Amino acid sequence: MTLSAPSSTRATARPLTDEEVARIRNDFPILETRVNGHPLNYLDSGATSQNPVSVMEAEQEFYEQRNAAVHRGAHTLAFGATETFEAARATVAAFIGARTDEVVWTSNATEAINLVAYSLSNASLGLGGEAAKRFRLGAGDEIVVTEMEHHANLIPWQQLALRTGATLRFIPVQDDGTLDLAAAGTVIGARTRLLAFTHASNVVGTINPVAELVALARTVGALVLLDACQSVPHLPVDVAALDVDFAVFSGHKMLGPTGIGVLYGKTELLAGLPPFLTGGSMITTVDMHTAEFLAPPQRFEAGTQRISQAIALAAAVDYLTETGMERIMAREAELGNRLLVGLGDIPGVRVLGPGLGVERIGLASFDLVGVHAHDVGQYLDEAGIAVRVGHHCAQPLHRRLGVTASTRASTYLYTTTDEVDQFLATLREVAPFFGVRS
Amino acid sequence: MTSTALQQLYQQIILDHAKSRHGASAGELPPLPIVPASAVPAFNELRLAESHQVNTTCGDDVTVRVGVRGAGDDAVIEEFAWRGDGCSISMASASVLHDTVRGVSVGQARAMLDTYREMLRSRGTIEPDEEILGDAAAFSGVSRYPARVKCAMLAWVAFEAAVMPVAG
Repeated sequence: MTLSAPSSTRATARPLTDEEVARIRNDFPILETRVNGHPLNYLDSGATSQNPVSVMEAEQEFYEQRNAAVHRGAHTLAFGATETFEAARATVAAFIGARTDEVVWTSNATEAINLVAYSLSNASLGLGGEAAKRFRLGAGDEIVVTEMEHHANLIPWQQLALRTGATLRFIPVQDDGTLDLAAAGTVIGARTRLLAFTHASNVVGTINPVAELVALARTVGALVLLDACQSVPHLPVDVAALDVDFAVFSGHKMLGPTGIGVLYGKTELLAGLPPFLTGGSMITTVDMHTAEFLAPPQRFEAGTQRISQAIALAAAVDYLTETGMERIMAREAELGNRLLVGLGDIPGVRVLGPGLGVERIGLASFDLVGVHAHDVGQYLDEAGIAVRVGHHCAQPLHRRLGVTASTRASTYLYTTTDEVDQFLATLREVAPFFGVRS
Repeated sequence: MTSTALQQLYQQIILDHAKSRHGASAGELPPLPIVPASAVPAFNELRLAESHQVNTTCGDDVTVRVGVRGAGDDAVIEEFAWRGDGCSISMASASVLHDTVRGVSVGQARAMLDTYREMLRSRGTIEPDEEILGDAAAFSGVSRYPARVKCAMLAWVAFEAAVMPVAG
């Protein structure tokens, strides 16, 4: 297997072949599971991905041989645990083009976004002193999100606006499910202090134009937070090249365990930001009334850390790197196209978002006219096919696209073309079963 | 490929009701008359009440409007209207509920509700009591799919929330 090529050659990267995917599947024991008498056809990696053996072994090996509290205790075991834990940070940082101390561990991406929101909130209360002045928000300031955000990248900003008196605005989504960039140019203005948006949509699968949006934010001096939950697992992401100020993602969507997420923040920003969670492991000197804090990333890592999860996430990153992110992305582009073409062929199916020819990750959400998503999902489940049904934590986007709920099939590096085809063939049976003619 | 399991879940009666939706209002239900909280209802006056319920898993929603005359278990459910948006199980159960409880006493409706709920929570261990439930017995297959019990209960919960306060 080749190592990942530079991102400039992304378009020419060779997709993983069916034979390679067959070998990859051997590393994922859960894919041998049978569901309702059928082989599991797991098309819900957008919600959570499956773990290769190497990830599970990394976690087990840590508990069997190296388990100890990190960054405290002077015994040999604790020192080794700390070294492994920090090596995991370096691995994840390198994977996204960040410096090691720009990676903060969190429980998940939601917590990472809340960390930023509450740190800004604390700055707005005057905490963090002079260095945090630039983060203060108040009446007249604006926070900008988009209409396609996952609730995790919407509600923390709604709440921050309520706490600080700032106003929340949004970049609208167009009928085709893409962002209205012309409107973005007017929504983002002199009052904008923060722009938070998703890199790849968890519903329509499109990859947003980061460079254009960052440029708009830069002209008005706004901070940029990128929700990279659906991009870091599926395509090469270099946060430094993207020039975002913060980025967040979750381990469990990228072959890692649950309970671990990442906040990336530029060094100079993390240095000025007051902490969110406070307590042990994030301080230098403490008296009964005051405390001094450690430098980032420890400043943002209060309490006992998710040690085994961080180490297992690094094993997941190693797995992805060895496979090659460009090749994974190219493979998923193929699967995404196969999904789109196949869905377009089924009477009554309306795919949400733009059709073929738009850069996307390997997922598609759709509405089957006359059949509710829950019923679609139930029918597919009976055939062993796992898809996501509902609003996928993006109610405003669904409302904008004129549906309450949709069905989403999402692929990953272990998805076979046969699985996509079986899904499409089974989906074809659904409308007739429910007596819907189209 | 249709399995027997699926056919037991989606019995024909459910598929039919999901499409025909008895008692469903196409648009918004007309606003409820405003009655001051202090007003004492005249004996045998028709009292209207409604409840809106949302299934947080999928966003499906049902609003049930009832008109009740009388008091206590002997009060009669004279009117039943609903509107909603959701899966075939939730829409069919609202439609069947409409047919089942319109014109019956609150006491009878309460007994149906208890029997229906018990059946749905049984994970397939309780045979449906068709004498009490009528067409609602068709939802017995749902009890084998715990994730769908909420769908089958949505309208019934709205009905319960609407009728109990006015029936006293």
